[in-house]
Amino acid sequence: MNLRFIATSLLLLKIALSLGCSPAQTNVERGILEQELYIGIGTEPSGLDPHLVSGMTEHYVLLSLFEGLTTLDPKTLEILPGVARSWSVSEDGLSYTFDLDPEARWSNGDSLTAYDFIFSYQRILSPELGAPYAYMLYAIKGAEAFHKGKIQDFSSVGIRAPNPQTLCIELHSITPYFLTLPTHFTWWPVHKSTILKHGAMTDRISKWTQPKHFVGNGPFALKSWRLNNMIKVEKNPHYRAQNSVQLNGIHFLPINLETEERAFRAGQIHLTSGIPIARIDWYKKERPKNIRFDPFLGVYYYLINTSKGPLKDPKVRKALAYSINREQLTEHVLKGGQKPAYHFTPPNTGGYTSNDCFSYDPEKARQLLAEAGYPNGLGFPEIEFLYNTSESHKIIAEAIQQMWKKELGVEITLYNQEWKVYLSSRQAGDFDIARSSWIGDYLDPYTFLGLGESDSGNNHSLWQDSVYDEILSQATQSLDNKVRFESFQKAENHLIEAMPFIPIFFYVRSLLIDESVQGWYPNTLDYHPYQHLSLERIPDSI
Amino acid sequence: MFKLIIKRLLQAIPTLWIIATITFVLMQLTPGGPFDQEKPVTPEVKLLIEAHYGMDQPIYEQYIRFIKNRLMGDFGPSYKYIGWDVDEIIAQSFPISLELGFYALIIALIIGVPLGVFAALYHGTKMETLLMGIALLGICLPAFVLGPLLLLIFSTELGWFNTFGWNVASDRVLPAVTLGLFYAAFIARLTRSGTLDVLKHPYIQTARAKGLKESKVIWIHTLRSSLSPVVAYLGPAVAGMISGSFVVETLFFIPGLGSFFINSAFNRDDTMVMGTVLFYAVLIIAFNLVVDLIQIWMNPKIKRD
Repeated sequence: MNLRFIATSLLLLKIALSLGCSPAQTNVERGILEQELYIGIGTEPSGLDPHLVSGMTEHYVLLSLFEGLTTLDPKTLEILPGVARSWSVSEDGLSYTFDLDPEARWSNGDSLTAYDFIFSYQRILSPELGAPYAYMLYAIKGAEAFHKGKIQDFSSVGIRAPNPQTLCIELHSITPYFLTLPTHFTWWPVHKSTILKHGAMTDRISKWTQPKHFVGNGPFALKSWRLNNMIKVEKNPHYRAQNSVQLNGIHFLPINLETEERAFRAGQIHLTSGIPIARIDWYKKERPKNIRFDPFLGVYYYLINTSKGPLKDPKVRKALAYSINREQLTEHVLKGGQKPAYHFTPPNTGGYTSNDCFSYDPEKARQLLAEAGYPNGLGFPEIEFLYNTSESHKIIAEAIQQMWKKELGVEITLYNQEWKVYLSSRQAGDFDIARSSWIGDYLDPYTFLGLGESDSGNNHSLWQDSVYDEILSQATQSLDNKVRFESFQKAENHLIEAMPFIPIFFYVRSLLIDESVQGWYPNTLDYHPYQHLSLERIPDSI
Repeated sequence: MFKLIIKRLLQAIPTLWIIATITFVLMQLTPGGPFDQEKPVTPEVKLLIEAHYGMDQPIYEQYIRFIKNRLMGDFGPSYKYIGWDVDEIIAQSFPISLELGFYALIIALIIGVPLGVFAALYHGTKMETLLMGIALLGICLPAFVLGPLLLLIFSTELGWFNTFGWNVASDRVLPAVTLGLFYAAFIARLTRSGTLDVLKHPYIQTARAKGLKESKVIWIHTLRSSLSPVVAYLGPAVAGMISGSFVVETLFFIPGLGSFFINSAFNRDDTMVMGTVLFYAVLIIAFNLVVDLIQIWMNPKIKRD
């Protein structure tokens, strides 16, 4: 009996395994044959309505489904024509006239006209929609007033369409980086009749983004979408420059980092959204061709509540900043190619790279702390450090906690909160020092330095300085980059002198990439229009 | 029997109401809201977004509307996944959890029951220690250890299975085994003690004395009675397999309801939290009722009690 049971079990196991044997061909190989890209995007996008979402994950998917007036060269980040094949700028730099590509079509075959853009901009700026990123359009004359309900008539906002092929946009003030704005998804058009078929213009709760209803204007069209499983897009036959698209389809997989890494190793995806820290060394050693660290427009910083105890004193804040050994942190703790940050704006943000505004100087840090009344940390009250629950934030915080203890004799207590609780504590100013980060929205230093402005809703440090506000406003009033960059440098120096934010490091976009992926260029915006991608079999790759 | 069903259904009403109310209160007390994010929207925009979901109304009105809508079977739109209703998400993901739970249950029974029976038959021998050792290992090895281990061996190294997903038939194997083995271990222990208990009964000795084949004695006469504790355990076990498969669903990246259930709390997706909590509550009540009915069928003594 016993033997028979064991024999039966083994037989069953054998059958199960033979059923389980997946075909020898992996997704990566199949993808190369069929020109279909398999890409990990980390998490499930919160939606596919470009006016209602705000994250990078959504950006990855939307970039395949929509296209704005302009787009970016993934190699150089130079502005390229999108739906607008050309444009002209008035002498005063306040009026832009876009000439739309007559070949531009929606994925259902309808013509895409300037009126579609007007409808879209009216929609995103309508306060009732509650679009999180509506402020991205504030450069347009009257847009802010309309969005804030100060004017009701949309025709007084500076957008006009003299004919279906021409779109005129008037700005309220000089915006040197204006042409980069339409490359952001908030500026992308939505299909009027599809939106209105599934509700009013400003309805958030609408079914128009579901695959059976979806209409877009990008190089790909939505084929299927199953939450927590996959978003599949396929070549849009109505795309205006269809011949430039080489891929036939893309599979977006919202899988977490660890699963992505396993899937990559097993040849199931071509690209990942990141790499787990623990696996970096292995890839560096075993598969260096597959690991990439691309610079990225983001800064990791420690946010200081400048209204709390000793942290009110800029000398204390600077002492904390000067005593962090960022090289040690990035090389031995993070290991992912992050750049130590000695200023706030990441290098090469729209051509601007700040000078280092300070350095690692524990001696000076001790001196500053003594001047503030705490020689060798004596009498320094215990302060708390808040981070959102995550292993990597914890590792960084522990390293810095040790550095502060060793160099300054200052004791910091670490505590973590779950993401939403952390956000609510930060918003309420209920912290001493908090881990934070900022990712740029467009290629201009203002997207970073604007964070310190007195009226910025994202400045949780409670630091306000009219001089800083004045320097920044000067920077935004000139078209001459030399003049602007000088003002930005001044603002940067001023910010670091006050130190409401302690810059720690500049982000990199770390990813695993299969050798077959062609056209994925490193750029700080992590902007990869899928029409530039193709998959090629590399003879030597395994 | 009919009376029992009616009684249970009536009991379910206040149970569900209490669960719904407690969930509602807890969601109100939890700090942070569904629309908080790294780059926060302005307070004005936040109010406008909340107005779309009726969150601008007084709490008692929200509560009344919430109860009323649930009674009408309307779970509302998800706060997190724009463009999706909670019932759509449940309809899309629950069948997957159910399928996974079903395979896990089969594996648990196919492995657990024979293991328990053999352990009982070899009572007091080294074989029993070995078999129960295996069962104990199954209990001690949680899904988040066993799952990655199976993935490492069978997916990454041997390449027999996909590392994630629920797309082809073979994708079912590793998750079902991971989930099923844990329950198999429990079932083995319950079956063993049940069988040992029944083997002592005089009617088994009578059956043997009559000269029946040992296999018939065990698989026909003993098993029906000895499985009683297993069946009692199956109610919560099946509910656990279907609702508690979060770890397995996350590990193998399966789009089942378990992961939505847990993540909805992290996302403060209130409507999704309410929807999944009530859905699982109904499910657990239903399973317990079914298990009671099966037990009555298996052991008429209970009916008399």
